[in-house]
Amino acid sequence: MQHIISALVENHFGVLARISGLFSARGFNIDSLAVGETHDPSISRMTIVATGEDRIIEQVGKQLNKLIDVIKVTDMTEEEHVERELLLLKVSHSTKNRPEIIQLVEIFKARIIDYSPKTLTIEVVGTADKILSFIDIMRPFGIKELARTGRIALQRG
Amino acid sequence: MADKTGAEIIVDALEQEGVNVMFGYPGGAVLDLCDALAQSKKIKFVLVRHEQGAAHAADGYARSTGKVGVCLATSGPGATNLVTGIATAYMDSIPVVALTGQVPTSMIGNDAFQEADTVGITRPITKHNYLVEDVATLPRIIKEAFYIARTGRPGPVVIDIPKDVQKAILKNYAYPEKVDIRGYKPVNEGHPNQIEKAARAIEKSKKPLLYCGGGVISSSAHEEVKELSERCEIPVTMTLLGLGSFPGDHPLALNMLGMHGTQYANYAVAETDLIIAVGARFDDRVTGKLDEFASNAHGHIIHIDIDSSSISKNIPVSIPIVGNCKTVLRQLLKVVKPVKHPEWLAQIREWKEKYPLRYKNDDNLLRPQFVVEQIYKVTKGDAIIVTEVGQNQMWASHYFKYTKPRTFLSSGGLGTMGYGFPAAIGAQFGNPDKLVIDIAGDGSIQMNIQELATAVINNLPVKIIILNNAYLGMVRQWQELFYNRIYAFTDLARNIGARHCSKDFCKNRELYIPDFVKLAEAYNALGIRVTSKEEVVPALEKAFSTPRTVIVECIVEREENVFPMIPSGASVKQMMGGMA
Repeated sequence: MQHIISALVENHFGVLARISGLFSARGFNIDSLAVGETHDPSISRMTIVATGEDRIIEQVGKQLNKLIDVIKVTDMTEEEHVERELLLLKVSHSTKNRPEIIQLVEIFKARIIDYSPKTLTIEVVGTADKILSFIDIMRPFGIKELARTGRIALQRG
Repeated sequence: MADKTGAEIIVDALEQEGVNVMFGYPGGAVLDLCDALAQSKKIKFVLVRHEQGAAHAADGYARSTGKVGVCLATSGPGATNLVTGIATAYMDSIPVVALTGQVPTSMIGNDAFQEADTVGITRPITKHNYLVEDVATLPRIIKEAFYIARTGRPGPVVIDIPKDVQKAILKNYAYPEKVDIRGYKPVNEGHPNQIEKAARAIEKSKKPLLYCGGGVISSSAHEEVKELSERCEIPVTMTLLGLGSFPGDHPLALNMLGMHGTQYANYAVAETDLIIAVGARFDDRVTGKLDEFASNAHGHIIHIDIDSSSISKNIPVSIPIVGNCKTVLRQLLKVVKPVKHPEWLAQIREWKEKYPLRYKNDDNLLRPQFVVEQIYKVTKGDAIIVTEVGQNQMWASHYFKYTKPRTFLSSGGLGTMGYGFPAAIGAQFGNPDKLVIDIAGDGSIQMNIQELATAVINNLPVKIIILNNAYLGMVRQWQELFYNRIYAFTDLARNIGARHCSKDFCKNRELYIPDFVKLAEAYNALGIRVTSKEEVVPALEKAFSTPRTVIVECIVEREENVFPMIPSGASVKQMMGGMA
C-alpha cells in the first residue's frame, strides 16, 4: 500500500542526503519526494510517498525518527489529510487539435502557462489520480516532456 | 570567557567532557589541533601506527569503561582509515567521538590534496555527523556530539573540522552547559501500562527466558537483570555482546544462544513460552530461521529496548517497551511478584548436565579450547578479555566465564578482524590496573599487528594469546562443512598441501609465517611459543606476571571446529552438537 510520510526536518545541508541515504541503505523504495522550507525558516517539510507493507512502512517511520535532524514524522495515510501535486506538461499542438486540447485543459481546471508555435505548456494541480489521468489524456497529442513535483500533503483541521 | 582558536576550543571542550586519553594520528589537516593538544596537561594523546587502530582503541576504551572514546585522524586517507573502526562501533552501539581534519572550507569540493567527503562517507555508519563550517558553531557541535554518542542507543559521532576553522578565532568563547536538540529526545522510562502487561505475562509464564544483549551492559542494567532472574526464577541467555551482563557461572545462566550458542541455551529458546528480550535486537546470528525461532513463544515476546526501530524489526513483539533497560527493569521490579518454576529449572539443569560445552581432550594434542580454558583458570576469571573475529572469538565466548559487565569486548555486529588488539590497547588505557588479554587468531592479529609499537612504547602490559592454526579458521570450518573441504584461500601456512596438524607439522617452524616470537622481539615485546599442553599454564603464568607487552603463540590443532553450530538460516533442529 502507498503511504504519504510527512517529516519536519532541520533546514540545513546534508539532511536530504541523510534521508535518501536511509531509504537506499535499507532497501526502501521512494515513489516521490518533495522538500520545501516551512513558515519557520529553520525547518523544512519533506513529503515522501513510499509503497510497502505496513511492517516496512512502520520501520521506515522509526528509522526516520532516529535521525537527529528529523523533528517529527507523521504517516498521513492514517490521518484525514489533503494532498496535491503539481504537473508541468509540454504537448505538441496544431490548428487541428488545439481546440480539443484547450477544452480538456478547461475540464481539468488546468492552465496554459506557455504558448509557442509548436508546443503548449500546461500546469495541472491536483491529486495524484487527477495528474495521472491528465497525462493519459494528453498522450495521444504527443507529450514532449513533463515535470512533476511529487505529492505534498497536510493534515485536515 | 576568552578568545580562542578553533583548535584551542576543541581541546578545552574535550577537557570539559572529561577526556583524559585519546587515540590518533597526525596529518596536514590536523596540525593546528595537534599543536593545541600538545599543550594540554589533562589529555594524553596516544599515537597509534594506523588510524584504524585509533578507532578500535577508542572503542575498546569506551566498551571497557562506559565512557566516550575519542579518536583523531587527518583528512582524506586518515579519515577513510577510521571508517572500519567507526562502522564497528556503530554496529555494536559504542559511544565514540571521532575528530577528523578537513581541507580548508574554501577548497572543499575542489578535489584538494587529501580531500575526501568524510561526512558523506561516514553518514551511514554514524549515529550522527557534523561538518563544522563556522568556528562559532564548534562549541555547540562538540557538546552535542558527546551527548548524542553516549545517550539513547549509544553510537559513534564524527566531527569533520576544516583546517581554517581550527585556525579561526572565536571571541568570548564559553563551552555550553546544556544541550537542546529538538529532533533528539531519548525516552528512558517505559510506558507504565506496558510495564504492567509485562509483569502479568511474566507471572503467568511457565517457562520464561531472559535474552540479554549489549543494551544491558551499555545501560548498566546487570544488577536489575539478576534481581529479576532470581526473583522470578528465569534462566538467562546472552548474546555475544551481552556476555557479562549476567554472571556466567550462575545456576540460571545459559550463556550464549544462537549460531554458536550452547545447546542448552538453544533448547531453552525452542521450549520457552515467554521471551523477555532486554537490550538485544534479534540479530540473524541469534535467531537463525526466523519462523522457527522460539516457536513456542510466538505472540509471547516482551522486548525492552531504547531503540524503537529494533522492536518488531525481525520478530513480531507482543509487549514492546521502549526505554532505557535499567530504568525499565527498575519499573518492572516494582510491580512483578516472585514466581517459582521448579519444573522448568529442572529441565534446564538436565540440559546443562547432558549437553555441556565440550571438546576432545583425552589425548596430548594442543587444542585452542584448552588454551582458553587455561586462561580462565589461571586468571580465575579476573581479566578483561578482548577478542579478534572468527573461531578465536567463539572459543573465547565458550570457555571463559564472564561474571561482570565490560569484561568481554568483541566486534559482534560488524565482525571486524583486527579489532581485538587495538581495542585491548584502549581497554588497558582505561583500566591500567587490570589484566587485559587479547585472544587472537593468527589471521586477525596480522590485520593490526603494527600496534605492537603503540603497546610497547606506552609500556602497556597487554597480553596477546594467539591461537595459531595457520588457517583463517572460521572460514575454513565453513569450507569443511559446506564447501566439500576445498580450502580456498584460507590456508595461511607456507605449504598449501598440509591439512592436518601432525606433530611434525606443528614442529615445522618454517611453515608458519610469520614467526610471532621473533616478531614480538622485533618490537621489544616478550614472545613465548607453546606447542604442547604442558607448556600452556607455565607460559600463561609467565606472561601474566611479566609487566610488559607479551605475545603467547600457541601452535594448536589445525582443523579444530567451533561447535555447537546451527548453520546459517537454519533452526535449532539442524544444530550440529557435540564435539569436533
